Amino acid sequence: MDNQAPGALAVEGVSVEFGGLLALDAVSLDCRVGEVVGVIGPNGAGKTTLFNVICGFVRPTSGRLAVNGSTLRRHRPHDLARLRVARTLQGVGLVQGLTIVENVMLGAQALLRADFVSALFGAWRSSREEARFRSRARALLDQLEIGEFADRYPATLPYGVQKRAALARALIAEPTLLLLDEPASGLSAEDMTELGTFLRSLRDRMGIVLVEHHMDLVMSTCDRLVVLNFGRVIATGTPEEISANPEVTEAYLGEDVREVTRGKDRTSGA
Amino acid sequence: MIKLPPLPAWARLPRQPLLRHLLFAVVGGVFFYLLTQSLSDFNDFEIGELAVYAIAIAGLSLLTGVNGQISLGQGAFVAVGAYTLAELQVHQPMNLVLELLAATAMTAVVGLVIAVPATRLHGPYLAGMTLLFALALPFLSDKYSNFFGGDQGLTVPPPSAPGSIDPQKWLTWIQLFCALVVMVLLANLLSSRFGRSFRAVRDDEVAASLAGVHVARTKVIAFVVSSACAGLAGGLLALSSGVVNTGEFPLSLSIFILAGMVLGGSGTIFGAWWGAVVVVYLPSQWSQSLASTFHFNHLLSANFAVIAFGAILVVVMLVAPSGIQGGFRWLGQHLVTLSTRPEPTGNISVALQHTTEPDQTGDSSAAEQLPSSGGR
Ligand SMILES: Nc1ncnc2c1ncn2[C@@H]1O[C@H](COP(=O)(O)OP(=O)(O)OP(=O)(O)O)[C@@H](O)[C@H]1O
Ligand SMILES: [Mg+2]
Repeated sequence: MDNQAPGALAVEGVSVEFGGLLALDAVSLDCRVGEVVGVIGPNGAGKTTLFNVICGFVRPTSGRLAVNGSTLRRHRPHDLARLRVARTLQGVGLVQGLTIVENVMLGAQALLRADFVSALFGAWRSSREEARFRSRARALLDQLEIGEFADRYPATLPYGVQKRAALARALIAEPTLLLLDEPASGLSAEDMTELGTFLRSLRDRMGIVLVEHHMDLVMSTCDRLVVLNFGRVIATGTPEEISANPEVTEAYLGEDVREVTRGKDRTSGA
Repeated sequence: MIKLPPLPAWARLPRQPLLRHLLFAVVGGVFFYLLTQSLSDFNDFEIGELAVYAIAIAGLSLLTGVNGQISLGQGAFVAVGAYTLAELQVHQPMNLVLELLAATAMTAVVGLVIAVPATRLHGPYLAGMTLLFALALPFLSDKYSNFFGGDQGLTVPPPSAPGSIDPQKWLTWIQLFCALVVMVLLANLLSSRFGRSFRAVRDDEVAASLAGVHVARTKVIAFVVSSACAGLAGGLLALSSGVVNTGEFPLSLSIFILAGMVLGGSGTIFGAWWGAVVVVYLPSQWSQSLASTFHFNHLLSANFAVIAFGAILVVVMLVAPSGIQGGFRWLGQHLVTLSTRPEPTGNISVALQHTTEPDQTGDSSAAEQLPSSGGR
């Protein structure tokens, strides 16, 4: 693994087919450490599918994938954490039976070294490690201003708190590639602004791929954008270039996101 | 949230998990020691059984309650442990501790062999496979009746007690000691990263795997730990029943263990003890007296315990899904609430409150975002 390699993520010509439906059609995309790359596109464009391919839930029919300099072949989701890739799920994706702080500790799984025997006997090796990661998780929660909810279960908490906890779980393992699937969905305006600032502050440590429908956030946060439509990349460029791109503007921008999603048939017919 | 005044340092439980669990075990040990001192031989026998069932139930509780895998074959793993101990005593007698460890290890290995294919299955399929295992075992012991001792089975002499200690008490203490050790070990495991992965896999395999949990391996570990518990329980059961034959391990044993787990409160260590209390005391005493009170015919009274368990199980799952232990916890919380003035809730900073705008995708669960038939 070569972390000095320029690309935290390289996707080359990846195609995915679901029983005749071409969910991704020769999609290429890369993301370097220090960069926030936005992936936008209407519902069903294939954004989540792209993440599923990267994470090994879906096998591409063709194409090449590399994260942090190592090529991925027949990889499985749990391998990704060790390659320092973290992903948040669309929705919340917290484990309901774990408290918030335990959910965050779960994200550190790939860093834990305690073996089964030391866990079984409650050895120092295991309990000290647990204590260390528990306090690290608490610190992260404090940093995200949700420290007071550390010992609560997700279901009892406001959506915004849960989203932050999910972000904390992705961050605790200090990924070099962070995949965010609609982190702003369901957030208040203030929360969204804070999220944007926070993501920018993470940039120098990792590459971030941001899938998001909220254009304000995308435009203010991303360095580059990739526009997907029906599984194909229809445009790439800086936010300025994208908003100046007539094809994209016509299809996508200038309208409220919800308008776009409701008017999906309209845009596709155009 | 309820804010209680902080306890003084000496009254707080140790934060270090091992110390905390050992403390519980010591208190439990003293309690049971005093109990056996004041009871008759038969009661001692029952307390020994209680300890044995607690081990088997705790193992299943880890598998089902904590890891979400339903097994109907726990009784068959108990049988494997019992036969292992009995065979050892017949062919290769050694130190009792080693024999019990061997019974545990042997059952763990059998569990591993079953787990590798079984953990790929979900819900009813997994239950079906474990049930198949439970059904296959008597068949095997029939087929190789020379080795398994035929209908009479294998006799297991009780362990010899040192000095003038009553043999029954000695055996009960052995069983209790093993149970307490198992509980400490399981509690350690549950408060470690393994317990966290068990729960994560139970609730959300997608989120767990993204966090770096090897889902299949985690399930196998839970299965093997659970079988190991059953194996130890089997070894200890062989010691107290004195004979190991297929009649000792009917399918209803698996059902009783499952029922005990649900009734006691699945997924908790204390729940396993409550479940064991129910399993040990309900069938033998209540069902007999009920059956004779109502003049059930022979067939009905023979099966009455199973029927009663089935009925109670259904009711409990509907009314109190977290079992006896859950009931106690509920009671505890409500007593606390009554005795302290609750702080106003919902005092959450506005910035964090989620706006009621539900995104079109906001609540889709992780699983929905993945191919159901996908190449995992
Ligand atoms: N497992 C699957 N089997 C069949 N079709 C699928 C599967 N997963 C996704 N699809 C289809 O692939 C297309 C892309 O879906 P995907 O979830 O990637 O969209 P998206 O861009 O994430 O949309 P949204 O903005 O709604 O989250 C959709 O038409 C979807 O129905
Ligand atoms: Mg999506």
